[in-house]
Amino acid sequence: MSFLQSTLDWFDNGDHWSGPEGIPHLLWQHVQISFIAVFVAVVIALPIGLFFGHHRRGGFFAINLANIGRALPALALLLFAVRQFGVGDPPQWMQTVGIGSIPTFLVLVALAIPPMVTNTYAGVSGIDPEALDAARGMGMSGGQLLRRVEMPLASPLIMAGIRTSAVAVVATATLAAIVGWGGLGRYIYDGSRVHDYERLFAGALLVALLAIAVELSLAAVQHFVVPRGLRVAERSEDRDSSKPAPTSPGIAPGVVAMPPVKPDTTLTA
Amino acid sequence: MLLAAYDGNTLVDWSWVNDHTTEIWQRVQEHLQLVGWSLLWGVVLALPLALLAHRYRHLRGPALSVTGILYTIPSIAAFSLLLPYTGLSQNTAIIPLTAYTLLILVRNVLAGLDGVSGDVLEAAEGMGYSGSRRLFSVELPLAVPSIIAGLRIAAVTLIGLVPVAALVGQGGLGTFMLDGFNRDFQTPLTVATVLVVAIAVIVDALLLLVQRLATPWNRRMARA
Repeated sequence: MSFLQSTLDWFDNGDHWSGPEGIPHLLWQHVQISFIAVFVAVVIALPIGLFFGHHRRGGFFAINLANIGRALPALALLLFAVRQFGVGDPPQWMQTVGIGSIPTFLVLVALAIPPMVTNTYAGVSGIDPEALDAARGMGMSGGQLLRRVEMPLASPLIMAGIRTSAVAVVATATLAAIVGWGGLGRYIYDGSRVHDYERLFAGALLVALLAIAVELSLAAVQHFVVPRGLRVAERSEDRDSSKPAPTSPGIAPGVVAMPPVKPDTTLTA
Repeated sequence: MLLAAYDGNTLVDWSWVNDHTTEIWQRVQEHLQLVGWSLLWGVVLALPLALLAHRYRHLRGPALSVTGILYTIPSIAAFSLLLPYTGLSQNTAIIPLTAYTLLILVRNVLAGLDGVSGDVLEAAEGMGYSGSRRLFSVELPLAVPSIIAGLRIAAVTLIGLVPVAALVGQGGLGTFMLDGFNRDFQTPLTVATVLVVAIAVIVDALLLLVQRLATPWNRRMARA
């Protein structure tokens, strides 16, 4: 109890709310690098997933990409990247857009891409061919088909991929402190080094809350992005337990984003 | 601030590997132990939870949201949050790792049970299977592929997460990663990374094999 009390006192201390080691600054660093990494990953991953999904090719590649991404330890990637690129300050223009550490940024982007590609591919390639035929029958071109049929229908899975990635990115950005950069990981890492457990605990709490906040706000975004008709369909399907489960289930409302349930192929295959 | 500029260290210094085979093997075992215990506890907790959520539909939402929130908590934060309570024991690593498996396992058990077709259930009823007997001798066996798919995802995820626990004195092969990094020595970092990925691939393949052996009817169907 007294420990919780002293952690609360830590939050109450005005010194922890200002300056380069203050909560606002570190939180902002953390949010900035996470945001820009997810953004860049979306720009790279979505076109790849859409392309392969639209042409229904490269499924093997798309599915294995996520498996490999899961197996690679983020910590090792980060340590490798730092040894490769050093920890010097990035050029000014990068810092302006929120990239405070090049190795951290690169690892976050690399980490965020696989779930997005896999989910986008699964979403687009899993669309009922009859819906596509109907759209073509209405005279839609390939581009129209992609924008007006495939993307909306795949949106639950695309969003699920973005949520999975975003939460992983926020979590992994914490590791940046180990390689001497900022973000909320500073509290955890420094706290554990000098045995300041209040600071460590406070940092862990802040990161956990940030991750949950990101997850919930993306769930809200998903609510607006996913077409209404799909939400209804999903719910009624949920009740009908006699139907076989879809290979890559859409994300039930209120549930954290997850990659498709079945790794259809092995890592080794 | 230049902590560890790339100094041209070779990727692998084989003499280090030769001198440290015992320690490497020990860390591999530690790694597998952490993953194994966490998976075991994960199954022990997730299976009843999923069965309850399957039986009582209104528990489904809460079960998935609670495990979903647990899954969201960053590993480094979870390990650190436990540190004041569990100290430097293995539990500091095992408790959060177990928590991470829950969402994956509960979801997949539920998906597997949902996937059993109504016709099969009716046939089972007709043959006099009902209630828990139907659940354990018909529904669960048919859900095995989905359950093992969940185990595979959970196992591979955990194998990649364990290294982070090196920060709280656990971490198996992660210990080598941090050590190599801190001493500006590439070899332990490379060796540990390669081993982690290799373990993930091997465990994944083994679980797939278990699935094949546990569901002989699928093989027969595939051949037919």
